[in-house]
Parts: sequence; structure tokens; C-alpha cells
Amino acid sequence: MMTKTKQRKKQWAKFLERNKKSGGYLLKSIAAEKTYKLVRAVLLFGLCFLILQPLLNKLSLSFMEERDLYDPTVVSIPRHFTLANYVLVNKLIGFWKALFNTLWVALLISFTQVAFATLVGYGFARFNFPLKKFWFACVLLVIVVPPQTIMSSLYLHFRYFDVLGIIKLITGQTINLQNSIIPYVLLCMGCMGLKNGLYIFLIRQYFRNIPKELEEAAYVDGCGTFSTFFRIMLPDAKPILVSCFLFAFVWQWTDSFYSKLFLGNIKLLPKMLTSISGLLSDYINSIGAGVKATVGYSQMMISTGMIMAIIPLIIIYIVAQKGFVESLSRTGIKM
Amino acid sequence: MEKKKKRSDLKTQKAISGYLFILPFIIGFLSFMVSPLIESLRMSLSNVKIVAGSGGFIMEFIGIDNFKRAFFVDPEFNRMLVDEIRKMAVDVPAILIFSFIIAILLNQNFKGRGFVRAIFFLPVILSSGVLVGLEYNNSLLSGMQEVIKKSSAVDLTEVLKQILLSSGFGERTLKVVFDIINHVYDIAIASGIQIIVFLSGLQTISSSMYEAAKIEGCTVWESFWKITLPMVSPLILVNLIYTIIDFFIKSDSKVMDKISTTMISKMDYGFASAMAWVYFGAVILMIAVFGGIVSRLVFYDD
Repeated sequence: MMTKTKQRKKQWAKFLERNKKSGGYLLKSIAAEKTYKLVRAVLLFGLCFLILQPLLNKLSLSFMEERDLYDPTVVSIPRHFTLANYVLVNKLIGFWKALFNTLWVALLISFTQVAFATLVGYGFARFNFPLKKFWFACVLLVIVVPPQTIMSSLYLHFRYFDVLGIIKLITGQTINLQNSIIPYVLLCMGCMGLKNGLYIFLIRQYFRNIPKELEEAAYVDGCGTFSTFFRIMLPDAKPILVSCFLFAFVWQWTDSFYSKLFLGNIKLLPKMLTSISGLLSDYINSIGAGVKATVGYSQMMISTGMIMAIIPLIIIYIVAQKGFVESLSRTGIKM
Repeated sequence: MEKKKKRSDLKTQKAISGYLFILPFIIGFLSFMVSPLIESLRMSLSNVKIVAGSGGFIMEFIGIDNFKRAFFVDPEFNRMLVDEIRKMAVDVPAILIFSFIIAILLNQNFKGRGFVRAIFFLPVILSSGVLVGLEYNNSLLSGMQEVIKKSSAVDLTEVLKQILLSSGFGERTLKVVFDIINHVYDIAIASGIQIIVFLSGLQTISSSMYEAAKIEGCTVWESFWKITLPMVSPLILVNLIYTIIDFFIKSDSKVMDKISTTMISKMDYGFASAMAWVYFGAVILMIAVFGGIVSRLVFYDD
């Protein structure tokens, strides 16, 4: 014990001496560094808390009973812990069915999006052809155009779907593709889905950075254009494809715009979430309690629903966090 | 002679396969983007009537009446649009600066960096799609905040605000600053992708540059302005454009809301298309103005 304090004292004396020699610079710089670190830690902690707080708040709300809402002594830890909210929300929105629907729709859509965006991105990155700049400008245009601008005509387009008037000629009627998933898949195959331009852009950036020698070596060894793509380039691009897939999956999971437009009759989670308060009041009417759902109570239900909808995403995020972040930083995005 | 011919053959072959690769995009672009764009432009210039039963719709050309209606007749549209643009003019720079600062902080070495990064990128999930809209409806939370505000005797920001305002320092600028501070959550939640992009840029700057600057006697402050900022400036442009687009098309925008309700529940396709076109025009204008200003300041290394 004694030796330790002695040693420390010795070190301190040494430090002071060095400080003296440097004219006070050493102490000043160390103090500045320590303060900076402290300020940074406080700032980051605060911001992290800020981001997490609504999530935590919802989490604690979802475990409360209604009377806890009006109890001023309950702030974040529920006094009457209950799982009743989850049970009720599950009943209201048919959670498992909605989850399953959302899952397969999101998987199908994001897979289609990424598959076709990969083809297009590769085409833009590795080939030279006439009008390439023009078509790439079109990709940028797709990123910029708000989907709402073309929503109305797309809506009607698929309501009265026809290929160059052929179908009407044969059957005398156009097809109503409104309430099926086909139009949306078609859109994704044409790279016009949700944020599809962005995926093309990212994938192109990634392919551009692959050295040309790799491709040339493959050609010399007798690979054709397509087998080069499938056997050499695709395996190399796995990280960016994974992260694009993850983004597409997450954004599709929470999207309400396209699903409202095209998937009217499929019960998806985001749509059920927005209608939760309506469903709640219907439910209360149906059991004939004769009271209206209070604002607080329906908010509690919405919070619970949101937690239930987000949890799968959070799990994916935790598992594949690297996929979200690291590969994006390797694309070297530049304008 | 023959050699030359062969090379050009390879070239055309490559061009053809290039076109094959981007073919899905071309088809999609022409059928799902160009034709709807033209059609929606036509709709915006006409009165669209749905023909019941047989399928199909007819358009009566009525000139720019729909646009006139959007600007001069409709009571809300003008105000909503101006509000949106004003909000954007404050929010976009704030998001850019915030994400830049956070990216710099997250690029430094400290304990638990991975964890902090994970939290900052979480908004990529949390701010997407329907979740934002629900957040805004959360009246209970804001009610609770009010209660908390009232119950705590001294509101620090309020006091600070009073002091600063009474100091007679430009009231308007201060108001903008307070607005930003009050919306720091919205800003943090909107800047997930931007942080990733900036971070990727920061990681490409070689540390030897900073070392050289340090040896030459640069302070940290100076090397920030002389090295970090110019090297990252192309990404500022990328982020700026991304932020503007993201801001305009996020689902809680009031104008978007109005357009979709006009279209889906009122079936007024012509008017909705006109509004959508005005909105699109505003987006393009914003991108052109801001992008034009920023692209002049961008420094390209190569």
C-alpha cells in the first residue's frame, strides 16, 4: 500500500517537473483533453438518451394498466404490471396474421428490388454504352421524383390495367390489378419501387470500386459477360447487397404509402397500426361497455402496437448491425 | 485492319450486354415513370371523370384551372406549401450540421463506440414510414411533457431564453435557434443515413494528412477547416440533396397528406395531380437553389 502511494507521489512530482519544463503546456493540454472527453461523453449520453427515450417510454407504457396513467406517482415504471395490452392489441389487429403477411411481403419485395437493382447497378458500373449518362440521369430523376406525383396515374393505370389495349380487345374489359400484389412486384422489377433509385445508386458505387483487373482476368480465363457477373462480381458484392436488402426490408416493413396504394386488402402491420384507435373504439362498442376509449388508453394501445411492430426490426438490427453500417462506408459515395 | 475490327466488335458486344443489364430499368422507367408522369401532367391540366361500370376514365381539357384552384381558390394549399418550405429551410441545414458533428464524434476513439454508433443509426429504422406519422399523433406524450414542465419549478431552457432575449441580441435569430433546440429530437431522428454517409467520408481521409498538419503547427480547429471540411464537402452535397428529398417525401408532410386524401377519398384526380406537380416543382427548385450554392463550395480532391 505504502509503496503504491509513494510511487504515485513520485510520478506526480515527475509530471510537475515535466510540466515546468514545458512551460505549463503539458498540464494545459491534458486538462483540455480531459474536459473535451467529459463534454463529449455527456453530449453523446444525452443524445443517445434522447433517441432511446420515446422507445423506452412506449415500452413502459405498454406494460401499464390504465389506472397507472392517471397516477401521478407513476412515471416510467408501471405499478400494476400487466400483459393485458399485448393480448388486447393482438386480438385487435390480428398480430400474428399481420406479422406473417408483412414478413412475406417485405421479403418478396425487398428481394425483387435488390435483385433487379443489382443487375442495373452492375450495368451502369462496368459497361460503356451509348446514352449511358442519359440513363443514369434518369436514375437520379427517379430518386428525386416524389412518388406522390405519379401516384394518381399509377393508381388508375393499375385499376384499368392493359397491355397496349390487347386485353381489352380480347375480353372487352380491362383487368383490375388494384387489390393484388402483382402491380407492386412489377414496379419493383422495373426498379420503380420504394427508394429503388437509391439502391441502384449505392450498388453502382460499389461495383465501380472493384478493380478492372479482376474482370479482365475472368474474361481471359474464358468467362462470358454473364458468368463473370454471377461467379466473380456477385460474391464480391455480398456486403453491399446485404445492406441494401436490409434497408429495403426495413423500409418496406414500415412503409404505408405503397402498401396503401397497391396492397389494399392485405392486412399489413403498418396499416393495422394506423387504424388501431378506430379498431379499439369499435371493440369497446361491440362489448357494449357504453363508454368511449379515452385518449390515453388508445395511445397506450398504439404504443403497444408500435413496440410489437418494431421488435422484429430491432432484433434484425441488433443481429445485422454491421450489415447496415459498415458496407455503406465501403461504397465511397460521391457525387 | 482486322485487329481494329475485332476490337470494335468487343465494344459493341459490351454495349449490348450493358444494355441488357439495365434493360429492367429502361422498361420500368418508360412504363412506370415516364408514362405516368406524362399522364399525371395531362390529368393536372384536365378534369378527370371516372366512368362508372365499363372501366376507364375520361379527361376534359380545362387548361390551368387546377393550378389556379390550388393557388387561388383552395384555402390551405398555399399556406401548407409555404410552411413546408420554411420548415425545410431551417431543418435541412440543422440536420446537416448535426449529422456532421455527430459523425466527427463517432469517428473518434472512445470506449463503447460501437454501442453509441448503433444507437445513432437506430433512427434509420425508427424514422421510417408509418412510425413517424404515429409519433406525431402521440398526443399523450406531449400532454405528459406539459405536465412535467409545469411541475418542475424552474425550466432551465425557459430561463435561458428569457436571459438571452432580454440581452437584446437579435430576437429573430434566437427564435430560430430555440426552434432548432426544441426540435432536436426530430433532427436526431432524421439524420441516421446522413451520419453514415459523413462517417464513411471521414474514414477515407488519411491520418497522415492530419499528422503533417500537426507538425506544421496546425491547431485542431485549423485542421478541421483546412482538411476535414474540404475533404468531406462532396458528401455535404450528397447529404444535402438526400435530406431535401427525404424531408419532402416523408409521410408526415401535410401537403402529401392533403394530396393523398384528395386523390383517394375525394377521387379528385385532376386537382390532386396539379398539387403534386406544384409540390414536385418546389422540390426541384429547392434542390437547384441549395445544390447550386453548395456545389460551388465543394472541393474535389482529384
